[in-house]
This record gives sequence, C-alpha cells and structure tokens, in this order.
Amino acid sequence: MPKYTLKINGENKEVDAVEDMPLLWVIRDLLGMKGTKFGCGQAFCGACTVHLDGVAVRSCSLQVSAVGDGEVTTIEGLSENGDHPVQKAWVEHIVPQCGYCQSGQIMNAAALLNSNSNPSEAEIEQAMAGNLCRCGTYNRIKDAILTASKSL
Amino acid sequence: MLPNIPFLQKNKRKDQSKVFVPSRRDFLKLGSLATGGLILGVNFQCAGPKGESITFAPNVYLSIDSDNQVTLVAHRSEMGTGIRTSLPQIVADELGADWSTIKIVQAEGDEEKYGNQNTDGSFSIRMFYEPMRKAGATARQMLIAAAAADWGVDAAECDTKNGMVQHSGGKSASFGDLVGKLKDMPVPAPESVKLREFSNYNLIGTDVPIYDLKDITIGKAVFGADVDLPNMKIAVVKRSPVIGAKIISYNDEKALAVPGVVQVVKIEGSGFPPGLDKALEGVAVIAENTWSAIKGREALEVEWDLGENQNYNSADQLAEMLQSTKTKGKVRRERGDFDGANRSASKKIERTFEAPFYAHATIEPPAAIAHVKEDGSCEVWAPSQHPQWARGAVAGALGIDVSQVKVNVTLLGGGFGRKSKPDFVAEAALLSKAAKAPVRVQWTREDDLHFDFFHSHSAQRIIASLDSSGNLTGWNHHTVFPAIGSTSSKEELHPSDGEMGLGCVDFPFDVPNIRIESHESTGNTRVGWLRSVSNIHHAFAIHSMLDEIAEARGKDPIENALELLGEDKDITFQSEMVDGEYGNYGEKIEDYPWNTGRMKHVIREVATKSNWTANKESGKIMGFAAHKSFLTYVACVVVLEKDSSGKISIPEVFYAVDCGVAVNTDRIRSQFEGGSQFATSLATTSAITFENGQVQQNNFDTYQIIRMPASPKKIHVHIIESQIKPTGVGEPPVPPFIPALANAMYRMNGQRIYKLPFKV
Repeated sequence: MPKYTLKINGENKEVDAVEDMPLLWVIRDLLGMKGTKFGCGQAFCGACTVHLDGVAVRSCSLQVSAVGDGEVTTIEGLSENGDHPVQKAWVEHIVPQCGYCQSGQIMNAAALLNSNSNPSEAEIEQAMAGNLCRCGTYNRIKDAILTASKSL
Repeated sequence: MLPNIPFLQKNKRKDQSKVFVPSRRDFLKLGSLATGGLILGVNFQCAGPKGESITFAPNVYLSIDSDNQVTLVAHRSEMGTGIRTSLPQIVADELGADWSTIKIVQAEGDEEKYGNQNTDGSFSIRMFYEPMRKAGATARQMLIAAAAADWGVDAAECDTKNGMVQHSGGKSASFGDLVGKLKDMPVPAPESVKLREFSNYNLIGTDVPIYDLKDITIGKAVFGADVDLPNMKIAVVKRSPVIGAKIISYNDEKALAVPGVVQVVKIEGSGFPPGLDKALEGVAVIAENTWSAIKGREALEVEWDLGENQNYNSADQLAEMLQSTKTKGKVRRERGDFDGANRSASKKIERTFEAPFYAHATIEPPAAIAHVKEDGSCEVWAPSQHPQWARGAVAGALGIDVSQVKVNVTLLGGGFGRKSKPDFVAEAALLSKAAKAPVRVQWTREDDLHFDFFHSHSAQRIIASLDSSGNLTGWNHHTVFPAIGSTSSKEELHPSDGEMGLGCVDFPFDVPNIRIESHESTGNTRVGWLRSVSNIHHAFAIHSMLDEIAEARGKDPIENALELLGEDKDITFQSEMVDGEYGNYGEKIEDYPWNTGRMKHVIREVATKSNWTANKESGKIMGFAAHKSFLTYVACVVVLEKDSSGKISIPEVFYAVDCGVAVNTDRIRSQFEGGSQFATSLATTSAITFENGQVQQNNFDTYQIIRMPASPKKIHVHIIESQIKPTGVGEPPVPPFIPALANAMYRMNGQRIYKLPFKV
C-alpha cells in the first residue's frame, strides 16, 4: 500500500492508504481527526470542507494521491485557540444548531475571507452555496461572515 | 406497535419526570463520610483517598460538589434545538447557580432513572419545564436551610445567586461550602418546594448561548461517527433495494479481495412490513476503514428476491389516492350537515392538494457504534433521539436483556424524527456480534435517502361551501396518505387518530357544517415522522384553501382568519369525533386547551410586525397563514420580491409565536429561522419518488434542500411574552410557512398552488 506524507495543520503526517482513498477518510479514519465531517461523499454538501493551500476543497472528493505537498488545514488547525475571526463571529452570533455542518461552513467562510476580505451579501451567498445546512442556520452564517469581515 | 410517542398516543400522559422518584440508584453506598443510612432521594458520593470531596445530588438531574462544581444532567438528546442547554438552564435558574461555571453531562439511555428521554414531538420543554424547576428549587431550598441554620437567620431572608447562598444582612456562603451540611437533611416533599417568582428568573427568558457552542466551532463536538474505540471496524451495508426484498444468494469474493475488508456478514431483515426498529435485510462489508468498506460494498454481488413491492410506483399510488378523495371516506369528525350546506350553497370551491414523500436528510447520515463484549453485554454510542428505544431494539436484535445494553448518546447531526428509529443501532449491534469487535456502521448519503422512514406523500380534497351572504357554511376535508402504522402492520390503511389530530380534525374555524374524512392507502416503504409530521400537508391544504375562501368572500386573508376563528374561546373537538379520539398531542385538553384568543393574538401580532395593511396597500407581495401545532400558536407572513431579471426571492419572513413561557429566547428564534429554511426545502425543492419499489433520488443533486442563495433572507421572530405553561418550538415553525409562501406566490403570479414542491 502506498505511503503518503501529508502536511496537515503544520505537521507532517505519514499514512498508508490506497491511492484513491478520499482525503476525508484519511483525516477521519487514519489520522483520527474527527472535526471534518462526512455528509454526502460527492461534494454536494460541503460538510467535509478543508483548506488546501488556503483554498476550500471538498475532502470527500479529493483523493489522497492528489494532495501532493499541498498544505492541508482542517477545522482543528484553523486557529491556535479557536479564535480565528470566523470562529469568534460564529460564537458571537450563536450560529450552530446541531453543529454538524459547521466545521465545513467555517472552513468555507474562512477561505472566502482569504480571497475576499470584504464580501457583499450576494458574494457570501454565492461563495457559501456549496455548503448545506439542514437546520437552516444560513441567516446567522451570513451575519457572522459579515461580522468576521469587519474584524479582519 | 407504536413507541412511546405522545402525539401518536391514545392515553394521555402522566408525569414522566423523575425528580421525586428516588430509584434504587439514588441509594449509593457511601464512602468514608458515610452516615451508614439511606437518605431519601439524596445521593452522596465521596471521592478522593480521604473522602475530601463530597457530591450532593438531590435528584438525578443535578449534583453539587464541595469544590463548587455544579453538574447538570441533560437527559434529552441534542439535535439542534438547544435542549441540552435549555433544560439545564431551567434547573440552574431555580438553583441560583453560576451559569458560567456549570458543567453539563449527557445521560445514558435509562428511562427508569431519568424519565422520558424520547426527544420528539416538541415536548421536552412542555414535559420537563415544571420538573426541572422543582429539581433546582429543591436543591436551593436545602442549601438555604443549611445556611440559615448555620447563621441563625430566617431562611425566608436568604436567596441564592451565582452559586452562593446570600442573606439579606450580607452573609454569604458558596454552595460547595454548604454541601457537607446537607448529609442528614431530608429532601423536602414536592408540595413544600417553593418555586421562584417568575420575575426573579435570570436565565429563563434570556438568550443563553448553547453549551456546545465553542466545541462546535473548533471541531471538538462529538457526533455519532466521531467515537473511536480500539480495534473498531467499520461496516457499510448493501440493503434490500425494495423494502421487503430478501437475499437469494450473494458472492463476497470480490468484496473480500478489496484491501482493508475483513469480513462479509449477512443481516437477516425483518421482511415486510419492515417495522420501525428492525434492521433491513442486507449484506454488510466490515473493514478496517470506511473507504475500504464502501469499496467492498461496490464489489459485492447480491441476487435479490425483490418481493411484493417491486412494482410499486409512487406516482401511480398518488393518482389513485387523489381519485379516492372523490368517494365517501371514513368520517373522522362531523359537525352539522355538510351535505345539506353544500346543496344549498350559492358558491362552492373544490380543490385538491398533493404533496410528495420527503426524506429527513440530516447532514449527518445515520451512524452508530456498538461493542458486543465477551460476556454478551453490549455498549452503544449513537446519535439517538430515543436512546431507550435503541436500547430495547439492540436487546431484541441480540436476544439479551435490556439491562445488558448501555446506550451512550452523542450529539446528533440533525434528527427531525429520523434518529428516533433505532434500526441503524440494531445493525451496529448485530455486526459487532458477528465481528467480535466494536463496529461502527456508517450510512452513506445514498443509504440515507434510499432507506429513510419517509414522510408520506399525500392527496387531499377540500370542498368549501358559501351561502349567498358569503358566509362559509360548509367544510369537507378528505385526506389520504400511507400511515405511520403501515410500517408495522398491513392492517393500518387509514391515518391513526394521532395523525388526524395533526392539523386536520383540529380545524378550529367557526364553520357550522364540517365533515372530515380519511381514505385507505397502503404502505409500500418505511413511513415515519418528519418535523411537524402530518401538519406539513394538512396545513398546506387548509391554509391555501382559506386564502382562496378569503378571496371569494372579498376579504383580506388576515381579516378572514380572525373572523372565522370567532369569539375568544376554548375549543374541544372530542364531541364531534366519529369513532375516535382527538389526541391533542398526548395532553388533556383541559390542561392545554385550543384557545382561539391566543391564535388571534399571534395573527394580530404578525400583522403588526409585518406592517401587513400598509405594505399590502403599497403593493408588497405577501402571503399569510397561521397554524397551531404541537400546542404552540404560530402566525406567519412571507414576503416575496421579483428582481429585474424575473428572479423571485424571499427577502423577509415574519413569525409571531405564542409558546407560553419562553425559556431560551435565542433558541426559540433559531428554531423559527431554521424552521422557515426547512419549510422552504419542503415547499420548493425536495421530493422522493419510487419506481419499481426503489427510491429514485440518490444524493443532494437529485434530492435537493435549500441552499443559501435561495433561502429566506431575514427572518423576524416575535415571541409573545407569557407566563402560561410552555410548549415546544421544534416543529411549529414549519406548517404555516408553506401555505404562507404558496399564498404569496399566488399574489406574485396569479397562479394558485395545489402541489408540492413548487417552483419559486
């Protein structure tokens, strides 16, 4: 079985995995980091969103062999103490309901602000369209992203 | 057999809490500080080598350590409603605890110990508001008694605040300092426990943030699939593609050749009808990791006897159901003489309404972990809405006693009724037994959509008759949908009294002649309950119809609704029920009356908050509906806008809600915000269909739920201030939203909507 060295949250991690194993299952099953969630396996829902070199990717649909030496960031590595502006805004607005999709929402929002630090409401809606929330926290997500953008 | 679901129950509930029922577990053996005797209802535990730490637990819901740690027990499941915060919030407020330092622990599934844990039917707050107050007040009263005795003052001059007992003269002591003095103090009798004045609450009625907020934002919150056990295997199951199908044979050679696959196991299914708590027939691939299990399943070859539902097509059934509503059905409620009113009517409106099957589609697909140990006992970790049922289902599947099953409840990544059913937990137990190791059974999204317990599709026909003065004189409502009972019994061809009570027979309007009928339909899949259950389709039909009636009467829809509700009064439906009982969500109607005054009040409030009259005159496009469900009164106004490109959006939604005492105002608002989003999906994007017995939708590409760009933008929630005993808010936001949106769509483009989902 191939060996891969992945750069995850600033550390090098060695894993043995078949080459088509999605990064999601490498993160969850092989590395035991449970913050990144499985939702659909087809990149429709965004629950598994992580960053690859600062850009949001759906880890359920990214094969481990395609990660290369890209820097992977998961929710556990987004900030030192849970104090990324997006995380702080999430707390301020009490965004989550069940919370399951929120790792993906937060990672997607943080990536959006990486590329556009002052998004309009319409830009937020478009950027977040790939992240489903069944509880329906969309309004607060949008408000929290606006708040976070102001503190950047 | 239906589980203990209050909205489906025939018998009205009794107190289901355990505040003053000391179980044998309350009489624990005491440590080095033991008095040697048993103290009624109070549990003291000692920890540490010298017994320096003491824990005081006057009931199962709270404990206080001598180091000042207040621990509150959440015994109901957290799936996003905030109940894991709101119930402890009530205890803490009565107790006078310091909320910033409290700890919340999740109870395991044990109804003997904790009382009802079935987190369903919007009844957690309704059922436990009073018991939680008593639980906190009992401890407060004891702490105050101890302090007052110590200080030689009158207990009436003392109160608790921020984890301290305080005397009006200035003395104070922390809870932890007083715990040791409570050892010999009897727990006061329930009737002698005095609750706080409502005005003295500091937490009830406020926006207390959810307990798990921080953990969720850093990815540390633990959901069903997040529990890791040593040597745990992962299972993915290939289930019967048609409900009731049986395996003729299977070939696991290629599956076993997939790297990481360790075992292939057949699961004996329950056949047809499938039941609500049994595993489906299937072949499980057990592997070292999830990906291997998924790939192993793809490599399986299974030959099926597809069974009796292999020709089932939902579109055909819906057409037949619709046809049946033209015939005489089983009368469920009757007032006056509808036929007479209809004969003499000067105007008749007859409309039909259709709604599809819906899947719950929680973003967390079902997953459960079970560990069947060498002694035959089983420990489970599961995102279960009903851990006691899961416990029973596991015991049943394994053929062991429930006392040998321990169910730990994780957070739920959404529930909406799906995770009440313990079928997936039973699967995990069966597979752990076969694997002789802990097993996580992981459902994929495709599994979730194919093998859900669906909200039934439905057909309805409503005939309204108006006299020459425009009075609504007759209402004849026909409803037909595969019943929840059909999942367990082929005999259940009509909706139960419980389902009829969900927004159909409880038609509250002053119409002199009413006849409500149901028709037969068969169950051909697994039918369950989804957030607000039959209210979804009933409210859609009734309030769409009322909007048409208002138009026919030349009245504003809000004016029409207020007028038809009549005088302020309590309605009882029972005298007009035909061979059945009005369920009232499992409550006695005297305890929770159907009050038209409260309904009119929320309607007037939503009219004010949405600026209905002025906005209507200025041409704003709005739709209205008001619907009581789960004993909570809700009125809703949906606003629509069309941009220059012709794209329609929902810029604003207004809700007014009367749920009695508002415990956690932030979580009430969030339920309404989310409820409107959930309802938008039901109204506009989602539908499950069957062809040849098989679900046609596979993932979120074909079973769509609303995404941020099309979601309602601003949701205004007005909560009526009230000291009436509280009712729940998990489900009530959903039913009125759908007809309010449909009615707004009519004002936008002149087309009435008779079928869900519809395009916005």
